[in-house]
Amino acid sequence: MTDATSWQTATVVAIRPETARAKTFRMKLSEPTPHLAGQHYIVRLTAPDGYSAARSYSVASPPDDSGEIELTVEKLEDGEVSSFLHDDVIVGDEIEVRGPIGGWFVWNGDAPAILVGGGSGIVPLMAMLRYARNLGRTDLLHLAVSVRAPDELFYASELDPAEQTIVYTRTTPAGYARPAARIMGDDLEPYVRADLDAYVCGSAGFADAASHMLVDLGVPVHRVRVERFGPTG
Amino acid sequence: MAKVTRGFLGRHTDRDPRLPPGQYDTGNRWPVLTAEVTPKLDLATWTFKVEGLVEQPTTWSWDEIHALPASDYEGDIHCVTTWSKLGVHFSGVSVDTLLAAARPLPTASYVLAFSHTGYTTNVLLSDVTMGKAWVVWDYEGKPLEPQHGGPARLLIPHLYFWKSAKFVAGLRLMDHDEHGFWERNGYHDRGDPWLEQRYQGD
Repeated sequence: MTDATSWQTATVVAIRPETARAKTFRMKLSEPTPHLAGQHYIVRLTAPDGYSAARSYSVASPPDDSGEIELTVEKLEDGEVSSFLHDDVIVGDEIEVRGPIGGWFVWNGDAPAILVGGGSGIVPLMAMLRYARNLGRTDLLHLAVSVRAPDELFYASELDPAEQTIVYTRTTPAGYARPAARIMGDDLEPYVRADLDAYVCGSAGFADAASHMLVDLGVPVHRVRVERFGPTG
Repeated sequence: MAKVTRGFLGRHTDRDPRLPPGQYDTGNRWPVLTAEVTPKLDLATWTFKVEGLVEQPTTWSWDEIHALPASDYEGDIHCVTTWSKLGVHFSGVSVDTLLAAARPLPTASYVLAFSHTGYTTNVLLSDVTMGKAWVVWDYEGKPLEPQHGGPARLLIPHLYFWKSAKFVAGLRLMDHDEHGFWERNGYHDRGDPWLEQRYQGD
């Protein structure tokens, strides 16, 4: 699926905050390579003495011909790479990247699917939703996202509680109908059909809970694709 | 050669020599990366098979595999997503013991490990013999949790950890290489962390 890919230099062309702890880095690739919605890139930082640290980040931008990608990076406590990206990287910096990687957790733009994300797990799912919007096929996808509080929701300006399922687990916006609670079967049930693919992305605990929920609701187990985010800094 | 990143110095003053290139020490944490729904497997019906190019295809039940001579691994594990976990302890049975019962044919040189979920991964037969691989069910003296591949997983610690198939159901010995789940999706056929064989082409 994925071809052999080599390291290339990407130039940071824009940085925008998503939340207090997440930023999106838009990068111009020196060797533009088409990606699929859901794939990721590896970012490698190298010190003058040759020491390097690399981490994987999902692409948030949809497949297009811009030759640019957007990576949304959450700053983790103790995160060697995420802290550097957040605190030190400015527009114009050149960063080494490699990708796109991953041929499993991808949506090709033609099959109906339910997307369930927890916290920063929304990132690859947002690439899918944006792709569906570009294709004019939002009818194919339903996105459900779970966050602790409104100020932790990535891409809030592109999400609409009337169109997407937005679950708050601790604090809701004023007047929000659904009380703060963990995601549950009732949140997903209206959107589940047996012919759906499911894409679940989030922490290990979230991914396990959500994927079992989908199976219990009737999604065939082999149609559930899961991407678990470990604490990779 | 890697290009120096402006302003990056890194936190590598006390880098542990047990860490392969590009890896970091995840410490007490054990990140979970599984592409599928974590299965709930019943020990009463659980089996492990060695099949394919062997003289004696063999299936063990949970009790039968536990009756085999125990074998432990103490050392490090390395995930392709760049974390390593140092000084871990697993218990189970050596793959050598399982192969001794099934007796590989001279034509066998590749292995496809398969899981109860349908997950697969390919390795060289020589990468799972001579004390290099285990089927393990205990981690640090306790039953291996489902999120880490319990009730039993393959353990091939000298290769990246996706080769250590979770929920392992058996080994199929073959005379040719056949891509497993991640290998079909762009990951390396062998996966030696010291050579940074992460993706096809490395």
